[in-house]
Amino acid sequence: MFAKVANPTAAFAPGSAELQVQLRRAERSKKIWALVLIAPLFLFLAVTFVVPIARTLFLSVENPELRDMMPDLAAALQAWDSDGTPPDSLVRTFAADVLTAHENRTLARVGKRLNFSISGFRSLLLKTARRMPPQDSPDLLAELTALDKRWGERRYWAALKQASTPYTVEYLLAAVDHQFNPDGEIVEKPPERSIYLTVLARTAWISFVVVTICLFLGYPIAYLLATIPTKYSNLLLLLLLLPFWTSLLVRTTAWLVLLQNQGVVNDLAIWIGLWDEPVQLIRNRLGVYIALVHIMLPFMVLPLFSVMKGISPTHMKAAASLGATPITAFLKVYLPQTLPGAGAGILLVFILTLGFYITPALVGGPSDQMLSQFIAFNASTAVNWGMAGALSLLLMVGVAIFFSIYSRLVGVRDLRLG
Amino acid sequence: MKLRQLSTVLAVSVAAGFGGTISADAADTITVTSWGGSYSESQRKAFHEPFMAETGKTVLEDEWNGDLARVRAMVDTGNYQTHVIDAESGQLVAGCDEGLWEKIDYTALGFGPEDFLEGAAHECGVGNISWSFVFAYDKDQFPDGGPQNWADFWNVEKFPGKRGLRKSPKWNLEYALVADGVPLDEIYEVLGTEEGLARALAKLDELRPHVLWYETSAQPPQLLADKEVAMSSAANGRIYTAIVNDGQNFEIVWDSQAMDFDFWVIPKGHPEADLALEFIKFASRPERMGDQTNYVSYGPLRTAAVEYVNPDILPHLPTAPDNTVRWFKTDTQFWADNRESLTERFNVWLAQ
Amino acid sequence: MTLGASVQFRGVSKTYDGQALVVDGLDLAIHSGEFLTLLGPSGSGKTTTLMMLAGFEVPTSGEINLDGRSLTNVPPYKRSIGMVFQNYALFPHMTVEENLAFPLQARGVSASEASARIRRALEMVQLAEFATRRPAQLSGGQQQRVAVARSLVYQPSLVLMDEPLGALDKQLREQMQLELKHIHQSVGATFVYVTHDQDEALTMSDRVAVFNDGKIQQLDTPEHLYEKPENAFVAQFIGENNRFTGQVEEVSGNLCRVSVDGGVTMLATSVPGLLAGSRSAVSVRPEVVAVDPIDVGYDNRLTTQVLETIYHGDHLRIRVRIAENDQFIVKIPRQLCSGPYEVGQPCEVAWMAHDCRALLDAPE
Repeated sequence: MFAKVANPTAAFAPGSAELQVQLRRAERSKKIWALVLIAPLFLFLAVTFVVPIARTLFLSVENPELRDMMPDLAAALQAWDSDGTPPDSLVRTFAADVLTAHENRTLARVGKRLNFSISGFRSLLLKTARRMPPQDSPDLLAELTALDKRWGERRYWAALKQASTPYTVEYLLAAVDHQFNPDGEIVEKPPERSIYLTVLARTAWISFVVVTICLFLGYPIAYLLATIPTKYSNLLLLLLLLPFWTSLLVRTTAWLVLLQNQGVVNDLAIWIGLWDEPVQLIRNRLGVYIALVHIMLPFMVLPLFSVMKGISPTHMKAAASLGATPITAFLKVYLPQTLPGAGAGILLVFILTLGFYITPALVGGPSDQMLSQFIAFNASTAVNWGMAGALSLLLMVGVAIFFSIYSRLVGVRDLRLG
Repeated sequence: MKLRQLSTVLAVSVAAGFGGTISADAADTITVTSWGGSYSESQRKAFHEPFMAETGKTVLEDEWNGDLARVRAMVDTGNYQTHVIDAESGQLVAGCDEGLWEKIDYTALGFGPEDFLEGAAHECGVGNISWSFVFAYDKDQFPDGGPQNWADFWNVEKFPGKRGLRKSPKWNLEYALVADGVPLDEIYEVLGTEEGLARALAKLDELRPHVLWYETSAQPPQLLADKEVAMSSAANGRIYTAIVNDGQNFEIVWDSQAMDFDFWVIPKGHPEADLALEFIKFASRPERMGDQTNYVSYGPLRTAAVEYVNPDILPHLPTAPDNTVRWFKTDTQFWADNRESLTERFNVWLAQ
Repeated sequence: MTLGASVQFRGVSKTYDGQALVVDGLDLAIHSGEFLTLLGPSGSGKTTTLMMLAGFEVPTSGEINLDGRSLTNVPPYKRSIGMVFQNYALFPHMTVEENLAFPLQARGVSASEASARIRRALEMVQLAEFATRRPAQLSGGQQQRVAVARSLVYQPSLVLMDEPLGALDKQLREQMQLELKHIHQSVGATFVYVTHDQDEALTMSDRVAVFNDGKIQQLDTPEHLYEKPENAFVAQFIGENNRFTGQVEEVSGNLCRVSVDGGVTMLATSVPGLLAGSRSAVSVRPEVVAVDPIDVGYDNRLTTQVLETIYHGDHLRIRVRIAENDQFIVKIPRQLCSGPYEVGQPCEVAWMAHDCRALLDAPE
């Protein structure tokens, strides 16, 4: 082997096995180096992106409270077919586990979980634990029902069973305004408790309007930037990007100051006589559109600008020399070439807007709240991680559906993001 | 599972940073945990310093933000970082349900529920101050006399202008029922029924076009000052500060105020619980409670404290006689049981 | 065959900044069906002239007529002039076919007629099998052929080309030069071609207008430009050139004697208007100079020595010093080479008076 390598004519005969091996070795070391170089990025992405998302999504189906805090009851409930009244053994396991959980101070957490299914379950559990009938009573269920008649209702026991599985789709169902009935069937929530599908549709609609406004405002701006001399366009780009230098919250608050009833815009408009009474410009849909378009416009302009910069000005001259009027030349030559930029801008703005929450929360009215607002509410105010995770999943699925429709209609391969 | 273990470790290590200035053998040192700022300062002057002068013991101060997980870690590990905690009613009830607080032995304290406003002597905590959720209006906008009660708040013909309400079901549902004529002692009973809830939401419907929903408790004085609203619900302390410190011409309407309390609580199983009780007993003396009003506009909960209250601040206290003609106590237990359900209904209603 | 258009520029000037004239009082008549090249260094005004004709620039003063009709106020898309750009300007989002269909659609040509014309145009440039490709899938030469086909497919009577071969490599360029010439001959349209490459101008054109400083220096056939440049700029710009400056001693008929700075006297052909006593630039092409000729009939014969020898494959170049000019180049075809011409070796150089022109001005 060694001798062969030492003799180059023998080692590298065209098509020889040695040559193949040599090539593979050379390529493998190149590949390993490439992997080493991108490994930190992969690691970073995995730690900061993939793991938290996976964890959030996992939260939306996790059902740990009963399993961890009342393991015996969870097992007994699993064995119960949930038909008719609960058997005596199940009731006894229940009573024992409630007492244990009460001592372990975990009962309130179980109660919070069950409150999600039936409100008032939490206080029912705590009350029951405090006044638990003697364990050796011949008919424990009757004693419990005497303590609180709700224990005689099947739906409370059905809710316990729903909470006993290791995983649950209850949060996911709630995210699309559905729930389990006592028979374990999936049914629609009553209208007075249905909200998330409406909010999802509203979120999509707001995003659509913002995208449309951004496109019509951003296209001429990008065209201007792409056609004026570089020294001016750099200055204007800087102005366009200036808002990014201040925090989102500051910008949003600035809109509050500008647009409120006693704000700068209203005062000015009344002073020059545009209107007589303050016009409601904020805390409604109009305010949401104004503030969101302001934030999103650069995301539309930049990809458009980048694409337009790459279109040779001679194309329009060529079109004119070939007999096309300026309008025809724009529609048939210029516009089609800007589509990859417009496509990228639309995608960016739409997806970013879908996930926005702080701006609509501050400048929108109560009927302008978007889905992310409810995710934040569940995560931080209501501390219902399951619901927050389920709504996040709903949003992600919404984005994925949009993306797949979009890629089918427009094609994502040709997009130019900048 | 790994993640859960990790979060437990994190919780413990956070708890380890909790206070941390207490020495193990010092039976004459007590740590009191409260909310910081001017509120802690009022407690230092009214309670801590006199307590140290009288008993020769040392009072250390610590702050918290209401995070029960830290208390849970303390109780679970037995590594107590504090003797006494100032808790809001929400933490009082939740912690009591989870068994995080010692049961209060009122016989050892030498006073009982009869000495306090109703609901202020809880099995898990001793009430110390009251604050109130009320509404206030801008007197400049109503030169001929402003609204007097929640029915007036709903009366947009007589008192035109936007109304500020907090974007949450708590208190809005109560106020709607009050405005609709429900007696104060029946509010939570009515609200607990489907018809009562529908009635509250229907009443809110009347006001809906005139409401500006706010998110944080700092907003109402600002909205009033900016004349964005003519009147707004608010915490009384915020309005008081705007009147006294910023010279705003606001008026608080105390009629049917929703009062809420803060409580002294003791972490469950604390080996020096008797020391904590000694401090609570001292801080509950009427003259100490009255003294606190020299430094902050919160009302003492012990009825006998009224005669020690700073007369200048008296009209601004939730517990002042003139302000307690008609009031109700926020039912924390009711909210602990029904928050999820009512929030869902409220959000659906709001989003319509 | 289309009947080529004729074009007249009358006193056309163009300035961008109100001070410098990019095109200065241009008078130019372009004949029907001819291949006219505007040749000049960059900034000489040739491209601006072309762009004014195409309608992308507006003359500051003067008038341009196309077949006797004024082009003032006629927008580019109504001029019906074919145009080929330096970077092809093919529309990247259209196939070759669609690119060619574009001008036909703009003119409302029926689909069947259009596809026949597209096929003919593509056959002309030998790209019929590439009809469905995108421009990005073609080589530079192929793209340029498509651009040419597109400019011809609607049979314009005037075709403008703005340095169309500038981006191609030398070999392809030479091939395309011939092709363009043949296409011109077959379609019959008037071609106006802009280039800064004199080889290109000489190879393809019927006439060449040499531009400098916004003015036409000479408008002539390639042969005349090369052999009878009228001024030093043209002589310098067209082909290789050894140049001397000096004083005209005597003019006799079309011959003159010039005393070159540095102490050598030469016999040269004088251009009309050259007077004794005036300054003149004498131009000698490297290929007309003989080295160590046996023949004694040369009008100018000078002894010097070889400074450098450069091997060029088909010919050899020798650099020698004549008077003050130490960059005097002699070009010897390979088969006429008789010596090793080593550096330092003495030699004689000689040329005829009719191969050497004394020009009017002597720009420094």
